[in-house]
Amino acid sequence: MLDRSKVGHEFSSFSTNVEKGRLKFFAKAIGEKNSLYSDKSAALDGGYNNIPAPPTFPFVLDLEGPEFWPVLDLLDMDIARVLHGSQEFEYLGMIYAGDTITVTSILKDMFDKKGGALEFIVMESSYTNQHGELVSKAVNTLVYRSH
Amino acid sequence: MSDITVGTEIPSLNLPPISRATLALYAGASGDHNPIHIDSDFAKKAGMPDVFAHGMLSMAYLGRMLTDWKPQSQLRKFSNRFASMTQLQDMITCSGKVVEIFEEKGERRARLEIVAAKRDGTQTLVGEAIIAL
Repeated sequence: MLDRSKVGHEFSSFSTNVEKGRLKFFAKAIGEKNSLYSDKSAALDGGYNNIPAPPTFPFVLDLEGPEFWPVLDLLDMDIARVLHGSQEFEYLGMIYAGDTITVTSILKDMFDKKGGALEFIVMESSYTNQHGELVSKAVNTLVYRSH
Repeated sequence: MSDITVGTEIPSLNLPPISRATLALYAGASGDHNPIHIDSDFAKKAGMPDVFAHGMLSMAYLGRMLTDWKPQSQLRKFSNRFASMTQLQDMITCSGKVVEIFEEKGERRARLEIVAAKRDGTQTLVGEAIIAL
């Protein structure tokens, strides 16, 4: 059983720059052909301020912290037994190339199913840009296989 | 806009087969370097038949379908659960349909049920999106 006393833990907040090259690479990796996701002039023509980060990109920002998946260490989990259970995003604004986004995350909840064979770890994150605008929120539920 | 009603199906998105190269590229671009998606030896040791796709790759495909339909600036919420694993060579199709039209925060919004599924019909991601119309 994972240590439930960690519920409420606040992960170290960090800021990361949204690089244009990274957005182009990400667009390529997901097969995104719409040029506004890789070309600034197309983005401007589309009414955006710069190349927008695609909808799932906040999850990429989660991984830009000083430590890869700090929840693994916090709960002493084996990465080989971690699965992604669900993911939610709420959008209050856009994230653009050139933005600096501050990511804050907390361990919101933990519970189990199947008599403890599966444990669920719920984390909530928020994403704030360099103007202090909250642009996105996310809820990430991981599933841990105990055997 | 008035042609969007409950039951409207949005254009689906058909993806090419998932290859090891797809996963390597996504691992690099997303920063998700979990070896279970890119290292067969590691995946097998973890009890899996082979490497399997990142759930977030398929979620990104669902996102492409949504932003192909409406500009991303109109996307308000986007969520899914990961119902089953996507294996190498699986061909994913993303689909979505409008299940509700409602008013919120002074705008007309559509709630969509969205699904990613394999060719044999197995659902891999099941979720919903809220889009301003």
